[in-house]
Amino acid sequence: MQFPAKMIHSLFLVNSSGDIFLEKHWKSVVSRSVCDYFFEAQERASEPENVPPVIPTPHHYLISVLRHRIYFVAVIQSEVPPLFVIEFLHRVVDTFQDYFGVCTEAAIKDNVVVVYELLEEMLDNGFPLATESNILKELIKPPTILRTVVNTITGSTNVGEQLPTGQLSVVPWRRTGVKYTNNEAYFDVVEEIDAIIDKSGSTITAEIQGVIDACVKLTGMPDLTLSFMNPRLLDDVSFHPCVRFKRWEAERILSFIPPDGNFRLLSYHVSCQNLVAIPVYVKHNITFREGSSQGRFELTLGPKQTMGKGLEAVLISSQLPRGVLNTNLNPSQGTYNFDPVTKLLSWDVGKINPQKLPSLKGSMSLQAGASKPDENPTINIQFKIQQSALSGLKVNRLDMYGEKYKPFKGIKYMTKAGKFQVRT
Amino acid sequence: MSTNNLSYNDQGGSDSAVEVGQETTPTSSNAGAGFGLFSTNFKKNDDLKEMLESNKDSLKLDAMKRIIALIAKGKNASELFPAVVKNVASKNIELKKLVYVYLVRYAEEQQDLALLSISTFQRALKDPNQLIRASALRVLSSIRVPIIVPIMMLAIKEAASDMSPYVRKTSAHAIQKLYSLDPDQKEHLIEVIDKLLKDKSTLVAGSVVMAFEEVCPDRIDLIHKNYRKLCNLLVDVEEWGQVVIITMLTRYARTQFTSPWKEDGLFDENSETAFYESDEKKTKNGDEKKSYMMDPDHRLLLRNTKPLLQSRNTAVVVSVAQLYWHLAPKHEVGVITKSLVRLLRSHREVQYVVLQNIATMSIQRKGMFEPYMKSFYVRSTDATHIKSLKLEILTSLANEANISTILREFQTYVKSQDKQFAAGTIQAIGRCATNISEVTDTCLQGLVLLLSNRDETVVAESVVVIKKLLQTQPTQHSDIIKHMAKLFDNIAVPMARASILWLMGEYCERVPQIAPDVLRKMAKSFTSEEDIVKLQTVNLAAKLYLTNSKQTKLLTQYILNLGKYDQNYDIRDRTRFIRQLIVPNEKSGALGKYARRILLAPKPAPVLESTYKDRDRYQLGTLSHTINTKASGYLELSDWPAVAPDQSVRNVEVIEPVRRSIFTSTARSRSSPRPYTKGGHDQFRHFNTAESDEEKSSSQSSEESDKSSSQSEKSSSESDSEQKKTTKKPPQKKTVKPTAKDRYYNELFNTYSCVPVSLSLFSLCILTPCPLSCAALLLQVSGPAFVPEKSHDLLHRMTGKGLSAQYQFPRQPCLYQPTMVSVQISLTNTTDHPLEQIHIGDRDPTGLDMHCFNAIECLLPEASVTVSLGVDFNDSTQAANFQLCTKEDQFSVSIQPAVGELFLPATMTEQDFRKEQGKLLGMNESSATITMAAENTTRQPISRQVATVANLGVVPSGQDNIHRFAGKTASSGALVLVTVELRELSAALITINTEKSVMGPMLLRDLKRALARA
Repeated sequence: MQFPAKMIHSLFLVNSSGDIFLEKHWKSVVSRSVCDYFFEAQERASEPENVPPVIPTPHHYLISVLRHRIYFVAVIQSEVPPLFVIEFLHRVVDTFQDYFGVCTEAAIKDNVVVVYELLEEMLDNGFPLATESNILKELIKPPTILRTVVNTITGSTNVGEQLPTGQLSVVPWRRTGVKYTNNEAYFDVVEEIDAIIDKSGSTITAEIQGVIDACVKLTGMPDLTLSFMNPRLLDDVSFHPCVRFKRWEAERILSFIPPDGNFRLLSYHVSCQNLVAIPVYVKHNITFREGSSQGRFELTLGPKQTMGKGLEAVLISSQLPRGVLNTNLNPSQGTYNFDPVTKLLSWDVGKINPQKLPSLKGSMSLQAGASKPDENPTINIQFKIQQSALSGLKVNRLDMYGEKYKPFKGIKYMTKAGKFQVRT
Repeated sequence: MSTNNLSYNDQGGSDSAVEVGQETTPTSSNAGAGFGLFSTNFKKNDDLKEMLESNKDSLKLDAMKRIIALIAKGKNASELFPAVVKNVASKNIELKKLVYVYLVRYAEEQQDLALLSISTFQRALKDPNQLIRASALRVLSSIRVPIIVPIMMLAIKEAASDMSPYVRKTSAHAIQKLYSLDPDQKEHLIEVIDKLLKDKSTLVAGSVVMAFEEVCPDRIDLIHKNYRKLCNLLVDVEEWGQVVIITMLTRYARTQFTSPWKEDGLFDENSETAFYESDEKKTKNGDEKKSYMMDPDHRLLLRNTKPLLQSRNTAVVVSVAQLYWHLAPKHEVGVITKSLVRLLRSHREVQYVVLQNIATMSIQRKGMFEPYMKSFYVRSTDATHIKSLKLEILTSLANEANISTILREFQTYVKSQDKQFAAGTIQAIGRCATNISEVTDTCLQGLVLLLSNRDETVVAESVVVIKKLLQTQPTQHSDIIKHMAKLFDNIAVPMARASILWLMGEYCERVPQIAPDVLRKMAKSFTSEEDIVKLQTVNLAAKLYLTNSKQTKLLTQYILNLGKYDQNYDIRDRTRFIRQLIVPNEKSGALGKYARRILLAPKPAPVLESTYKDRDRYQLGTLSHTINTKASGYLELSDWPAVAPDQSVRNVEVIEPVRRSIFTSTARSRSSPRPYTKGGHDQFRHFNTAESDEEKSSSQSSEESDKSSSQSEKSSSESDSEQKKTTKKPPQKKTVKPTAKDRYYNELFNTYSCVPVSLSLFSLCILTPCPLSCAALLLQVSGPAFVPEKSHDLLHRMTGKGLSAQYQFPRQPCLYQPTMVSVQISLTNTTDHPLEQIHIGDRDPTGLDMHCFNAIECLLPEASVTVSLGVDFNDSTQAANFQLCTKEDQFSVSIQPAVGELFLPATMTEQDFRKEQGKLLGMNESSATITMAAENTTRQPISRQVATVANLGVVPSGQDNIHRFAGKTASSGALVLVTVELRELSAALITINTEKSVMGPMLLRDLKRALARA
């Protein structure tokens, strides 16, 4: 007699060609034929991203996430908040990435034993048990080239010898007995600007989202506080569990005992009332003429309101209409590439020199006889601005309590384009 | 791993060749090398078996890694079960873990063999290290073999009262596993759940609520007493547990509190925008204005969940959002908006679920999301399902004020390259046009323009939407109809053609010139049309026949004839029906008169509404809501009760803060004596130690967080008071548990008498009394090193009306039960008459396990007698209170043991001592530096002093300056290790290692006093 058990029953890893290359069951084994329903949905979807994340089947529910071109398909038997599963699957991917550097099919296959050990620790009977990276690393050491060699020679293992005391501690995210000779704490304030710019160049919507990523290598049990010059900018925030919420509510100060190593301290959203300065503008002229097999393509980029900082790593991509056969374009700088199969145009611009604005000009050849495409392509832009946070957020000071040494502290600012689109 | 030639890619052949369902078929890339498929495979497995049976750990480990790789690929590796299971007790941790993985995967298929491993786990269940106990329980409970259900049950019960919160957490997980294995255990499991729900550890809370949801979600009564505690702990529970607790509390609140929405009904959707802005003010004075008073517990829940909107875990945020949606007063729901919008930045799958929930919310409460409208603008890079959800939300948010912005945005979407999405946009425009009458005409014109679009899907969708719109707008729209008639030849999509034909028929009187012409064209192409178009052609013909029979009579008859011989029976049926209806003949009779009224009746306009319209019947954030059908195991959210149930059920009794007083309190049980069964003391003991453990850990935690953390300070002080409140509970529980436990022992016997012979081997091991069996593995109990002569007064002759009694500890293992401490009592009769019937009466605490002496029939004057007692002190120094009775009188007496008397000496080697000491570090260690008295600096006096204080055995030591003593506690058999290390200048370091975290410091205090004393 089988009772519908809650939470995650099994996990299948499916690659882009539709092969199951790993399976793990936390309860009774579910036949992999259950994935047929998933494959059906996969076939129906035009793009890999279009596979619906939740697929009901007669006896199970399949909840999947797609990361790094691998589908992580969880099999559920009964009611459970879908986000619970989705969030967990993303944690699994994050953990793999953390352990193996990349999360590819090859990496997973090469480290299949570690993968299995990790999955075993992360879920007990389908319910998340240890998902905190610091605890997992105490249990199972990440494979490194050096350790692999040592293990082969000495026959030692990558399973931690010590028991994971972190699980029992009141600060489960931090290992005990951390020791460093150089005590350092680095904080990266990274902001992303999401925007939609319309044909005429006016902003339809723009918003700034930011994160503070930290890399903390401090001995012992340091207690840090971080304060901002202008905390009012932060409209909505979400914290790493280590941050003391009450302190933030009362004083707008981030007070926390940091995890060891890399972690995301804070994500924030900058309030919409502040008008967002768009750091880049695009002049474009993309036209198709009726009856002609040629189209004109002109694109010029320029910096705008960048507070003296340069635009770097600029990358343009655009999905051209299906009717476009090929392009004959001439970039003033950087390299461009057009894939005639996917119709994807990408132009790696690099750095923008305000004196000499980069442009991409030329013609497109269209399918002979086909009518003129009635839509114009959308242009996606990526860029980076170093040493500046677009919203103007500034860290005031970072203090450490609880330990006697003087740590080295560093703060870096950066702005990136998030989903930045220009409609033409 | 990849370097030792065992990488996943190297074996099993080309894995890309492995196909679904083929997992048991051996595949091999070596097949070409002269071997058949099967021989290669056998050879491989043989070699694995050999490797597993070798005595090198590294070979075994390699073999296991290959086996795990096989399992991961879904290949069958069950034939290796016997070889693998032998390694379950391996010393190598990684090997052991991999064997566990294998075991859990295949135990179900190889039940008999799996049983061989059980005894290993049972032994580990008694390990002094909590993490080993926990992992043993985890694996044991994951082995899905029905025959071990009783063992699992017993293990769960024991673990549920373990002193380590981590082990208790594991036991909560095991509850669900056992329940799915054997649902008949439900009642017993509920008992355990009830017990664990009372737990104050944040580690346990999430897991036990999960078990509750799975096993007995309807037992809402179990929550009452724990409700406030759960609310207060919530912030500190780990994130996954938070989700489960919040979901459960949402259901709970809907059954226990009255609706906060009644007064809010006055505010309708339109006024909501303004309302939303003045949110802050209303919240403050809202309660005063209304007659409705929110239950403070209801408020507590809302207040304590709100900070979790800031969680990084999206599942937590959405669960709080749904809690507010379902429980908060309408004007407070606004707080969740920002957080939900923030989640739209997350992964695609998260967006999908969040957008679905927003879609449902936005239908009922536009105001909530309207300020964030732009966050729902579609980007060309969004996935299709995300696009359509955003469209859905934008349509719901549309109102008179923002419709022009939205329509402008829609215009861009219509031009999208994704034609599916463009079609969806057209439908959305249709919905906006029907909902907002001001823009209907604009929309209609826009849609007409789209009719000349080059893309067929767009045109077809426009036609369908226009058709619906025209129906809702029965004004003059003949221009549009004419326009569509013109386009008719170019439209190929059947649905669109059918729609135009229907429009022609319905409004044929408005376009009297065109309709017959369209029918003429259709008559020509009838045979090549799709079924749906044919049906509408027949319809059109019939309608024209009725209104304009002069021009269309022949055409109609021609079409009806074509339809009569059509391949599709629907069309044949329809044709036959229409012919009978409209063409007058003798048979048609009465119905023919009504033909016009039947066919040309005014038809109600179709309602264009959201597919999310009634999704709110499901609790938001659930799987059922996502898939819009009831998923199995979905728990309905009940309606608010009209009258709130009794609020006092959630009250927790307040108890005086002194913990100790509970046990020594004057509340001697006057009630009838309760049964003292074997289980009783067990329960009691665990409770006792668990409490003290908790206290220690909480003091530790406050140490760590005292620098700041107003948050955790608050919660810890709260939980402290909770702790005090609940301490009174143990006495009530004792009456129930023993019987259940006894039943389990009995069931164990029954089970094992009927299982195969192979079992009897380890069944022995199971049935040995637990505390001894584990200790016995490590050490033997030895005789006492020293027996103090000192005796203590039990009953003075003045108070005892002539009966005097003294007690002393002979330091001998108790004969009656190994967990008891022996006590010798000498009774003397100082009166001048014989005392009769001397025996022991009521004892306190009532569950005190005591082996009484046989009643002394008669004690003559001046005579004395020595009797021995066995008392289980449960490893605590709580006094054992009882009544010493004679025939006439009762005297309350109490035995107060010194901590040192609660041990039994143990002999062990120095090596073992060090090993055990290594396992008992951290919070299990207490130490102090003292200045030794001058005479105590050599081995003999130290041993003597220590032995006087505590009943410990001397461990031979290689070093002169280090003296070691070992013992175990009488009741639970926990190790107690004492090290006295002499330093220079007569300083000495005393270290005590024991998992009994209360006894350690007490013993340390006594030793300090004894050794420092002159």
